[in-house]
Amino acid sequence: MQRKPFILQNPSTLIVLAGLAVFTVAVTALSQAYGTGALPTSMVKVLGKTLCLALAAVAMDLVWGYLGILSLGQMAFFALGGYMIGQWLMYARTEAIVAASMANNAIPPTPLELQEGVANQIFGVVGSADLPLVWSFAHSLPLQMLLVLAVPGLLALVFGWLAFRSRVNGVYLSILTQAMTLALALWLFQNDSGFRGNNGLSGLQNIPGLDTVSQARLSVWFLWASAVALGLGYLLAAWVVSGKFGSVIRAIRDDETRVRFLGYPVEGFKLVVFTLAAMITAIAGALYYPQAGIINPAELAPIASIYLAVWVAIGGRGRLYGAVIGAVVVSLLSSWFTGGRAPDLSLPFYTIKWVDWWLVALGLSFVLVTLFAPRGIAGLFDWLGRAVSPRRQGRDLGPDHGALQEQEAKA
Amino acid sequence: MSSLLEVDGVSVSFDGFRAINNLSFNIGDAELRAVIGPNGAGKTTFMDIVTGKTRPDEGRVLWGEPPRSLLKMNEAQIARAGIGRKFQRPTVFEDQSVADNLTMALKNNRSPFAVLGWRPSSSSDERVQELAAEVGLADQTGRKAGELSHGQKQWLEIGMLLAQEPRLLLVDEPAAGMTLAEREQTTTLLRRLAETRAVVVVEHDMDFVRRLDCKVTVLHQGSVLAEGSLDHVTRNPDVIEVYLGR
Repeated sequence: MQRKPFILQNPSTLIVLAGLAVFTVAVTALSQAYGTGALPTSMVKVLGKTLCLALAAVAMDLVWGYLGILSLGQMAFFALGGYMIGQWLMYARTEAIVAASMANNAIPPTPLELQEGVANQIFGVVGSADLPLVWSFAHSLPLQMLLVLAVPGLLALVFGWLAFRSRVNGVYLSILTQAMTLALALWLFQNDSGFRGNNGLSGLQNIPGLDTVSQARLSVWFLWASAVALGLGYLLAAWVVSGKFGSVIRAIRDDETRVRFLGYPVEGFKLVVFTLAAMITAIAGALYYPQAGIINPAELAPIASIYLAVWVAIGGRGRLYGAVIGAVVVSLLSSWFTGGRAPDLSLPFYTIKWVDWWLVALGLSFVLVTLFAPRGIAGLFDWLGRAVSPRRQGRDLGPDHGALQEQEAKA
Repeated sequence: MSSLLEVDGVSVSFDGFRAINNLSFNIGDAELRAVIGPNGAGKTTFMDIVTGKTRPDEGRVLWGEPPRSLLKMNEAQIARAGIGRKFQRPTVFEDQSVADNLTMALKNNRSPFAVLGWRPSSSSDERVQELAAEVGLADQTGRKAGELSHGQKQWLEIGMLLAQEPRLLLVDEPAAGMTLAEREQTTTLLRRLAETRAVVVVEHDMDFVRRLDCKVTVLHQGSVLAEGSLDHVTRNPDVIEVYLGR
């Protein structure tokens, strides 16, 4: 049997990547820094952040749509990725400012004095002047980038190992993941956890060493980086779910016990996918927060992870492009409706203000999609595909036993 | 005859109820064996113990040559050691094609990273075709397993078991819900399989067991009541009393 190359076996991957490329070029051409300026910088940032959310949704789809674990703690990994990169951003920038102010001193500052100055600046708000242990690597970009992958990956590995080994499943596992993100948020809220408590990390939009580059340019650069990350992440996810590995994880989703009796170490597979998804989510977070400019423990609130699940459900779980569509469409609609720019809907007896009613509408559409269109928006493509080319193979042409089958008749 | 599986003095209770009571059971290489018994005799629990789903309270279960204890292994490890199990209800992965189902069952390295790197080859394709042909699904490989009829699903599951190349096959009520013609095919297949490996069939249906024409073990209240040819055990007064006489 002749095998087609990976990309031809998965035409949807090619379409998504092409769409992403067109989108990126279009936004660049409309940006203030590189194009006509039709899109304000704030809008470019929103679009760049949306791409990061889409990447997190792809990872969520791996875990939920393919492996069948409704994880309600994915945003913990997202925020951890943001915190890890935020540490370097804040430290390096503060260091530059402190060094500049100390440069006028009669005696040049020692490295220790410099570090104390930085610690004072960063932790003054929480009444501390010492650099916590967790900031040991904050001076180094490569180390913090490594931590972007290592910390969420390790958390997912340990959490997953404990949960999967005890065979916690279904709704209990969902509750456990939610407890994880809540616990992490509560810990981060404390001032002495070393992450500035509820102040979080701020000023992340200023990239150290790039002070002369305008935000207009930076926003486009981050959009490019987010697009590349989404493209690569999508390719990786598409490759993982194709072939036998994808077969096995979908089988685990549908009947875990049976997969065990086939001899597959189910826990191992869950652990690999869960950890991989956590790391992809962390990368998305590390690209998101420099565009958002600020991160605080509220980002880990359980509701954020539930939103992610809602996007994937509305987009269509079990399809990677469904996750992308869901995240992009719903998150953009959300920011439009809650941003106060959506016109109020005037009914004779009541005026619907979208800022108040958007959540209700979103919840309602989630319920409707779950009940009536379990395949979400992606199901539309199935429906279109069937309308264009009905499935014919294998159906009998006539009622007789000896009647030709359709594919025989075609030849 | 060397024994492939040796179950020795195994007991298990659920909430005080003794499902298996000091059960001992042996099966050799390339042997066909039928296990019969009334409801609640412990047939399914026996299978659960051998396949690692249930842990016994006491006793030992030894496997292979040299003998290894199965009690320290989990379900997946036992399956990889060469024990295949066919469930009563056909359990195939309905959302995936017949070929995908068979490919998953092919004997290969099962570790996640090995599976991630695994790509189909012409030999694996051939093997899948061969297996599909063996269970009469040669022209159905592209279809989703969920579209198959009940009997075809049973066959697909048997095909998946064959793909695993087990040394011992545990089959739970294979004839349930099959037509007469399908039953005959199943009997033939099971007997052919038993030429190269051990097969244990748990069955209710006496006609089916008679057709298998093999050694029979009668279970009652969690232990072996009688063992021998079907004619031998059906003449046993104890067996007549607890099972056939009713």
